[in-house]
Amino acid sequence: MNRFFKKHLGVFVTVGPTVLWLGIFLLIPLAYVILMTVLTKNAYGGMDFIFTLENYRNLFANEYLKVFGDSIWLSLQTTVICLVVGYPFAYILANAPKRWKGFLVMLLMLPFWTNSLIRTYGWNTLLRTEGILNHFLQGVGLIDQPLEMLYTDGAVLLGMVYALLPFTVLPLYTSIEKLDKSLLEAGSDLGASRVHVFTRIIFPLTMPGIFAGSIQTFIPSLGFFFISDMMGGAKTMYIGNLIKNQFLSARNWPFGAALSIVLIVITLILMKLYTRVGSLEDMA
Amino acid sequence: MKKKRKPREFRPGSVAYACLIYLFLYLPIFVVIAFSFNSSKMNIVFEEFTVEWYFKMFDNRQLMDSFVNTVIVAGVSTILSVIIGTLCALGLYRFEFKLKNAISSSLYIPIVIPELVFAIALLSFFSALHVSMSMVTLIIAHVTFSMPFVVITVRARLAGFDRSIEEAARDLGANGFRTFWRVTLPMIAPGVISGGMLALTMSLDDVVVSFFTAGPESTTLPLKILGMVRKGVSPDVNALSTLMIVGTIAILLTSNFIQERLERKL
Amino acid sequence: MEKREGQGIIRLTEVDKSFDDEKVVKKLNLDVREGEFLTMLGPSGCGKTTTLRMIAGFEQPDSGEILLEGRNVAGKKPNERNVNTVFQNYALFPHMNVFDNIAFGLVEKKVKKDEIRTRVQEMIKLVKLDGMEKRMPSQMSGGQKQRVGIARALVNRPKVLLLDEPLGALDLKLRKQMQGELKHLQRRLGITFIYVTHDQEEALTMSDRIAVMNNGILEQVGTPEEVYNHPETKFVADFIGESNILEGYVEHVYEDAIGVTMESGKARIPETGYNSEEMVYLCVRPENLKIDARSHEGFSLRGQVREHIFIGSINKTMIELPNGQMLKAETPAEDELVPVGTVVNIYWNPGKVVVMRTKEEMIYNIIERSVQIEGMPNEPIF
Repeated sequence: MNRFFKKHLGVFVTVGPTVLWLGIFLLIPLAYVILMTVLTKNAYGGMDFIFTLENYRNLFANEYLKVFGDSIWLSLQTTVICLVVGYPFAYILANAPKRWKGFLVMLLMLPFWTNSLIRTYGWNTLLRTEGILNHFLQGVGLIDQPLEMLYTDGAVLLGMVYALLPFTVLPLYTSIEKLDKSLLEAGSDLGASRVHVFTRIIFPLTMPGIFAGSIQTFIPSLGFFFISDMMGGAKTMYIGNLIKNQFLSARNWPFGAALSIVLIVITLILMKLYTRVGSLEDMA
Repeated sequence: MKKKRKPREFRPGSVAYACLIYLFLYLPIFVVIAFSFNSSKMNIVFEEFTVEWYFKMFDNRQLMDSFVNTVIVAGVSTILSVIIGTLCALGLYRFEFKLKNAISSSLYIPIVIPELVFAIALLSFFSALHVSMSMVTLIIAHVTFSMPFVVITVRARLAGFDRSIEEAARDLGANGFRTFWRVTLPMIAPGVISGGMLALTMSLDDVVVSFFTAGPESTTLPLKILGMVRKGVSPDVNALSTLMIVGTIAILLTSNFIQERLERKL
Repeated sequence: MEKREGQGIIRLTEVDKSFDDEKVVKKLNLDVREGEFLTMLGPSGCGKTTTLRMIAGFEQPDSGEILLEGRNVAGKKPNERNVNTVFQNYALFPHMNVFDNIAFGLVEKKVKKDEIRTRVQEMIKLVKLDGMEKRMPSQMSGGQKQRVGIARALVNRPKVLLLDEPLGALDLKLRKQMQGELKHLQRRLGITFIYVTHDQEEALTMSDRIAVMNNGILEQVGTPEEVYNHPETKFVADFIGESNILEGYVEHVYEDAIGVTMESGKARIPETGYNSEEMVYLCVRPENLKIDARSHEGFSLRGQVREHIFIGSINKTMIELPNGQMLKAETPAEDELVPVGTVVNIYWNPGKVVVMRTKEEMIYNIIERSVQIEGMPNEPIF
């Protein structure tokens, strides 16, 4: 044992702190969440160590199924819009003149160096019924009555797309940038039209980027409860808000834990799909 | 240097599209900055230019406290992440051991799991241990989600790094520590800096995890704003947010500049 | 060839080394003489670099011992050995300029600043990099980088300089030029060089002695002339220069010669000391292999001209033996070529063949197959 320790002293000193840290503050808490899902909630907002599957059974109540449906639908819309808007943008960036590229990517990242909540709050200011945009539109005479823009599902979608667009664009940008340009030339040389060069070469080759971008958009969007709070006024209940409420206001932690298992399961399924086309390293 | 390629022409359609996207990305930031100079108390119309909010914000104790908390949490968690993460990256690069692959892939857990799940996990864990939420729990949470990014960034830097360079240092008479100090550290410095900057931005940007792991005394500025937004936000928040935006961007641009200088030297 | 007499400055005794259960160096014994230019030559993966790394201290032998100047260096770290290494990929410190790179070892030894300056300047002059002190490695060509690598090692005044394929990454022309300079440098400084390469031409032109390795085994150590003209093993004959290797067995033993029977014919070789029915390899360099329309005394070996390949100053002629084996013969480019398809007699100057013993099991195959090959006369010549 002592020799083993001596031989691996370097490993213990370097990798040890990380293993300890992640073990204590990540793995154990996650294991605890899994444990909580089978505990029973008591009347005082705490938990009793009585085994139950009630929390999982509750997931299938109609009201919650609707929440899952709404959440997945919102995340799906967010992901698709980000992809459709982000792909051409990533393509433009990747093909920009070399000396501009660094600057343009920096310009893309810059807003995201500032807190997402402050930026969402900026949108909130902009879209309010008595906010700038309505004021402006009324001012130029386009509308008579102020539009109800904030606290709608559309506003939530806008906030989501806004918060997650760079996470879609960056992996796309990387995979388009990596494309060997001579492949495109070979494609047109072999008689492919510009459309076919895209559909038969560029698109398949950037598939890992598309997947990585989608996952990095889809997964966080499920949890961004503060965006639906600020932009939707909590009119529609999404899974993120539901989990938050279970932990803070409803104080039904076991059920909240079971809900977060849903998130984990969705994540795992997506990761499994993703590892078929790309590697984990591309995610970071 | 010899080949000077002609810069490709910007296509007008592409330029217009890119500008539109950039406008979309910057619009809310401009709104926040613009209204920080507005004399009106309401964030609706721009009345008159003023800088009074930049002075008045200092009177708002709660607001200032949350700002100071944000800075402390970001600073401390970044430093911790950089130290622990760099050590780990070095170990993973240098040594071969049994659980290496398991450890490398578990680094991706905090990256791929939804923040919300991680946040409630930590909340439950701490309350099970009867640890009340404070600055400490907040810092622990931030280190946990940002450290893996440091490991991955530094490791990527090390991967492109020829092992014989360290051997050369040993061969020329440097011992293990001297080799690290004179050769390894200067060479991974750009990776360490960018890992640190990543940790810093992630800490400053975080809402979800902080929401669950901050105590009543350790609210951060974003949490403070979240609390105020329904009731209406006072203009001094705009001023402070503007300062934070400008400050973050300044720090990151500087570090980017330093990093590029280091990189160019290599 | 200048030969210095000297004590073994490095001695490897029965050195073994494996990686992951794969033996890369097997029972290696080698003496390196003080002041010589010794080249370790062999194909990639033959264990030559591992051997060098064990001398440098980057690897520890599994068993056996390494003596530097008579002292066992087992367990000594690279920074505790008085040898320095020049790396294939230069391994320059990318964050330091030329001066700081060269000064690295002296700084570690806490040499005084003034002395560092003079010694580094001296080295810069020696490797012809005057005026480039402030350059960063990224601003230099491969050849210049390797000069820094050499200067950085030599400034420490090592007893032995280890060079691990130092010219491997350079283009042909530059490599040739650097070969000359390195050899010159070694002569001038009188430092022992151990030079690892897979390029046999490089080994032949630069070395005082060559140690040929294959599969972790030291096949032969000798002067370039010895390993080229008197290879001791089939591998050495094949690896150093080109060789035609013919398999056969001793059919007759005469007083001053042996009669060797091969699958495709017979030859009389002026060698003694072989027993009847012993298996042998006959090695003939392409430049020594001759073809002729008429037959030559002591040879009954025929083949068909298949192809001529023009390579600058010489023509390479490929001749197919009845058993399908291809032989190469080189003739000066201005000589007339034998038309492709012609059946010719093959011979060589009796002194220009190297005979090597080999394993015995194969003799029966040869006796069987050599009986008669269709379409070829097989007249007795002995």
